[in-house]
Amino acid sequence: MNFNIEKYTKKAFLSGAVDGFPIGLGYFAVSFSLGIFAKQVGCGAIAGIINSFLNHASAGEYAVYSMIGIGASYIEMAVMTLIVNARYLLMSTALSQRIHPDTPMIHRIGIGFHVTDELFAISLNRPGYINPIYCYGAFLVAVIGWCTGTATGIIAGGILPGRLVSALSVALYGMFLACIMPEARRHKLVGVLIIISFVLSYIANEAAIFAKVSSGTKTIILTVVIASLAAIIFPHPEVEDDD
Amino acid sequence: MTTNPYIYIFVAAIVSTVIRVLPVTVFRKPIKNRFIRSFLYYVPYVTLAVMTFPAIIHATQSKISGILALVVGSVAAWFNLSLFKVACICCGVVFIVELVLC
Repeated sequence: MNFNIEKYTKKAFLSGAVDGFPIGLGYFAVSFSLGIFAKQVGCGAIAGIINSFLNHASAGEYAVYSMIGIGASYIEMAVMTLIVNARYLLMSTALSQRIHPDTPMIHRIGIGFHVTDELFAISLNRPGYINPIYCYGAFLVAVIGWCTGTATGIIAGGILPGRLVSALSVALYGMFLACIMPEARRHKLVGVLIIISFVLSYIANEAAIFAKVSSGTKTIILTVVIASLAAIIFPHPEVEDDD
Repeated sequence: MTTNPYIYIFVAAIVSTVIRVLPVTVFRKPIKNRFIRSFLYYVPYVTLAVMTFPAIIHATQSKISGILALVVGSVAAWFNLSLFKVACICCGVVFIVELVLC
């Protein structure tokens, strides 16, 4: 196999920026809905932008705002972030196999920091070693979409009519569905797990006995229990190095 | 409540940055443990499912529009429509249903 080491050029940066553009547009729409939620729990536009830049993960940011909303402890916040972003451990591990051994530490950190579901996908899709400059180009454009979307949601969410806010607030859940359903189609077991998760989550939220447990803790407990049982009973069959 | 949103943001930022950066900088070999691999594989789907339902039906003005958005969005996602399109479809469903009902 002939791996070409791509140079750290302006061209690589631009190529990343171009590929990142549609992703940035999608992020704008989704983070607008995050912004509406952020506003409800009392976060301003600056907090939203900082959160979007540092965390740049829909589920992760959603977790931040729900934790602020329910006044959870910082420990809960940390555990919740670990749970909802655990998939990045896998993605980062996958990327680590494709980084040139001579890549300086600073660029390794950069590649790790840029990871989101979509950016990971486009960076891994390129042939050869991962070029950090390409990653930065894609990240820059995508994160601009993310930050401006969040800020717009926080600022404009409040002046939009209730009916429009109601409609836009489901964008986030639409995005979650778009992340999980294709895999459910490929692996029936994932589909079954999703339905089990829906049912148990519904019971945990509606049953009076669980009323005192915070919703963040419920999410953590349900995730760990369901995913552990699934991993014990149905170990994932193939080594999944998605191509 | 005297909680500071910025502390939550920084706690989450530190954890998510460590999660993202640690494997790239430390792991040079694939994880072999089958349980951990399987667990990490299932985690995102379970978490996102738990966070989606029943939250989606409480996010909208009427429960029925949330339920319909869930169903239509799931079907759209099943047919591999992009993240952006699925999000738009869900919004559209809620908007139209509430326009008719409310």
